[in-house]
Amino acid sequence: MTEPSTSQAAQQATAPPAASRVPASLRKRAARAAADPSAGAAALLRTDGLTKHFKIGGGLHRRTLHAVDDVSLSIGVGEIVALVGESGSGKSTTARLLARIYQPTAGEIFLQGRRLSAIRSRADLLAYRSDVPMVFQDPFSSINPVFRVSHGIERSLRLHRPELSRAERRAEAIRIFEVVGLAPGAEVLERFPHELSGGQRQRVGFAQALAMRPKLILADEPVSMLDVSIRIGLLNLMTGLRDAEDVSILYITHDIASARYVADRLVVMYAGQIAESGPVEDVLARPRHPYTQLLVSAVPDPRAELSVAADTDRGEPPRVIDPTPGCRFRWRCPLAIDACHQVTPPLRQLLPDHSAACHVATADAELRAF
Amino acid sequence: MSSALADDTGRAAVTGEPILQVTDITVEYATKQGNVRAVDHVSFDLGRGEFVGIVGESGCGKSTLLFAIAQLLAPPAGLAGGNVVFKGVSMVGLTDSQLASVRWKDMSVVMQSAMNALNPVTSIGAQFKDAMRAHGVRSKTEIADRSAHMLRMVGIDPTHLRSYPHQLSGGMRQRAMIAMALLFTPDLVIMDEPTSALDVVAQRSLMVQIKELQAQLGFSVIFVTHDMSLVRHFSDRLMVMYAGQVAELGVTSQVFGSPLHPYTRGLMDAFPSIKGERVPLTGIPGHPPDLARIPDGCLFAPRCPKVMTECETTRPPLYLVDGTQVRCLLYADGSTR
Amino acid sequence: MASTELSAGLGPTITPSAGQPHAQSGAPPSRAREAATKTGQAFLRLFRTLRSNRKASAGFILLAFVCVLAAVPGLIAHDPPRAEIYGRSLGPSASHLFGTTVYGQDIFAQFIWGARETLIIAVVSGLLSTALSVVMGVAAAYLGGVWDGGLNLVTDTLLVIPSFPLLLIIAAYLPNSGVVVLIAILVITGYSYGARQLRAQALSLRGRDYLEAARVRGERSVYIIAVEIIPTMTPLIVATFLGTAVYNVLFAAGLQFIGFGNPASVSWGTMLYWAQNNEALSIGQYLWALMPGLGIAILGASFALLNYAFDEIGNPALRPVRRHRVKRPR
Repeated sequence: MTEPSTSQAAQQATAPPAASRVPASLRKRAARAAADPSAGAAALLRTDGLTKHFKIGGGLHRRTLHAVDDVSLSIGVGEIVALVGESGSGKSTTARLLARIYQPTAGEIFLQGRRLSAIRSRADLLAYRSDVPMVFQDPFSSINPVFRVSHGIERSLRLHRPELSRAERRAEAIRIFEVVGLAPGAEVLERFPHELSGGQRQRVGFAQALAMRPKLILADEPVSMLDVSIRIGLLNLMTGLRDAEDVSILYITHDIASARYVADRLVVMYAGQIAESGPVEDVLARPRHPYTQLLVSAVPDPRAELSVAADTDRGEPPRVIDPTPGCRFRWRCPLAIDACHQVTPPLRQLLPDHSAACHVATADAELRAF
Repeated sequence: MSSALADDTGRAAVTGEPILQVTDITVEYATKQGNVRAVDHVSFDLGRGEFVGIVGESGCGKSTLLFAIAQLLAPPAGLAGGNVVFKGVSMVGLTDSQLASVRWKDMSVVMQSAMNALNPVTSIGAQFKDAMRAHGVRSKTEIADRSAHMLRMVGIDPTHLRSYPHQLSGGMRQRAMIAMALLFTPDLVIMDEPTSALDVVAQRSLMVQIKELQAQLGFSVIFVTHDMSLVRHFSDRLMVMYAGQVAELGVTSQVFGSPLHPYTRGLMDAFPSIKGERVPLTGIPGHPPDLARIPDGCLFAPRCPKVMTECETTRPPLYLVDGTQVRCLLYADGSTR
Repeated sequence: MASTELSAGLGPTITPSAGQPHAQSGAPPSRAREAATKTGQAFLRLFRTLRSNRKASAGFILLAFVCVLAAVPGLIAHDPPRAEIYGRSLGPSASHLFGTTVYGQDIFAQFIWGARETLIIAVVSGLLSTALSVVMGVAAAYLGGVWDGGLNLVTDTLLVIPSFPLLLIIAAYLPNSGVVVLIAILVITGYSYGARQLRAQALSLRGRDYLEAARVRGERSVYIIAVEIIPTMTPLIVATFLGTAVYNVLFAAGLQFIGFGNPASVSWGTMLYWAQNNEALSIGQYLWALMPGLGIAILGASFALLNYAFDEIGNPALRPVRRHRVKRPR
């Protein structure tokens, strides 16, 4: 049997330093908290009851699609939060709400304490856009094929850092390309998108986001369309950005394994609502919400043995059109009780920093605390 | 009927004559720069009831290989060499009408975007009926019975025969396609990434379903995917492809347990694990070669962590090491390094 | 355990082809130089396609022919086209290649000089019409909502109104209209078809991620439409132009034929007008009617043929696949 860790130790060339078992971000955060105890709780971005409904159907069958319902999450400075869920869970819609592509139906978003709905002027809006840019999923359609790849990053620089001269913009573009691993920067800048591989194009996407000196990057499934061996490179890029540039990242994905690899905290969404959230190791080791348990058991792991849970679940899509009150997971849940069919479970903190929206889990936690 | 699940000692479940013999298949595309070789001398046998996984990344030729086996190649792609013998009959060179009698009855294909292969304006039942009538089944009761039976086998309520594709979820549509592929209980089902559009839970459930069906009906499966972990617990043998060539081919548990080719090792190491230590991974640096301008020597050499000087000038042949075929000069003199 | 060599290695290696064009390293190109290189590359591609695609080559030759006539008519025809100084209704001869009109004008001279005005009408009205189609169509698609509804209302109304009756009414109120009015009419009645097409294509592009990326970057809508969307639609826009130009050539000729525009000017359309007025065919002056008709046909055909070249450039799937018989070793 091969030992995965020894073979990787041999290939340390491009891997992030594994010297310390404590991730750099945690060290930084600890240092920050030590320096200013009251700042520990301050979130970079916080949502409060964020909701987005879409009207579908026309005329006589007007219905409401509850894409995102009452989502309250927070992202700290210099941390990677993974937002995990299947298609239909609302994770992409949440990202688009944060990117201000959609306007929320209800709820509020706070960036460093300032509410987004208060943004009125174009200058304020531009400032927000430079603080919270987005990286898209499809490397083949997220860059305009007609222009060279320098186009996007130079526009970003022009719009958001107008103080730079033309030459400075150019130099900065080269520098950022090399930060994301596209070297030599000057040469790659002159290429057209079709001359780059999928992985390189995604790096261009990150470069465009970095050019704005963001506080939080919204990464919408940035590696799902890449080959497996290329994904690691980009995931390492993300952790590198967090450590070196102190950028927070909201990493949206359906792949729990990659979420575990990069993230500090994990937020699991189901049917437009948050099912569970907490530190990534905690949530994966001791998942409280039955949906999280289902996900964890269904993940194929080449190194582990086949576990037989989750065999009976068919993977039916969540019902988010005109949903009735009650837990939206109840039809698939092996633990559903009466309360689950009547009352929508609120997100409750079961352990310090670990919350779940489940009646059964809450009751269980209360029993234990008892 | 042979058992379809591979147990942990890696005993392959093959008994008797191989149902499919692929020998030296080579496929070339005609391009402005000359002929590009997308599949290069690939050979393997498939036994009855066996599940073979073909794994590789984009551009490795796995889908082209599938097309070659199913005789679906169209210009500018052309078969430049090799043979495919299915149930003793050479498939290459058969006319369309001869192939039609084999297709679907003995060999069926589930394509990648199978969900989009369903006609959106007719019901599922109507499409099943179409397929059956095209192959000579006339009796209405037989059509109805067989359709309902197949749907039940894949875990769909037969009332959905009246449903339209858009009324079913992604997972259900995929199952419906598999049911359609199994209508005539063929001996061989070829699947090209049938789970790529599904999420984890649906994926897992579909794989288990396929294995159950295999146990019940005894067909062989060729399963093409880019996701190694998906086939780890389900395939008897595993073939890893790189740049159109076979990099490694052997019993699944052996390939996973002790991967021989550096590419296989690199691929496996590129999967972050859910359990165990959170270790930093490196993936495989670089990218696959441009098939129009392949380098001399081993095609993987530019990216290989174990590259030696001779790798850049010598094209490695396939070596046999402990029952596994591997295309790597590390095994040239029989010693494992 | 001894390893066994299983296969004899690969076949012949494929010789490397010329490398892909890589960028110049070092100093960034100035904006002007960059634009020039891009245009240069575009023209190069165009020439290559024109040469390889036979229909396009034919179209190009025909267009070149008309352009030469339009550019240097004086070099080819030595007689003044409008002067009514020659013998009337003369047949073709050495001094009058196509004969003369009822008024004593040299038909050959008229034909050569008439190319210019016809070409100008075609190109100018084609350009303006296409520009209007682009604005109305793409803006409607991208802005959506009320804008889409409003712009479409205008476009669809103009599309539906029959043009000739409309023109007759306008003609009644503007008896001495010249080329400018002619072009204006052509543009206003002709843009709507192209606008619908371009709108449809822009709609299909609307969901592309790079547009969303531009929005998230903070770009304004006008910028997105002008810089991000329209350049990607170039093939269709060029095709729209060529199609509109063809249509306008014929339409303008028709208008002039019925007396619209300035009948005293020399163009192939006015030639037809006068030829028809004087029953050229019945009095035996066939060339008076045939030659301008032929000229119009040549111009129209050239645009239609050129369209094939742009189709091919825009849609790689239409490029000819050299069907290599892949040799199979027996």
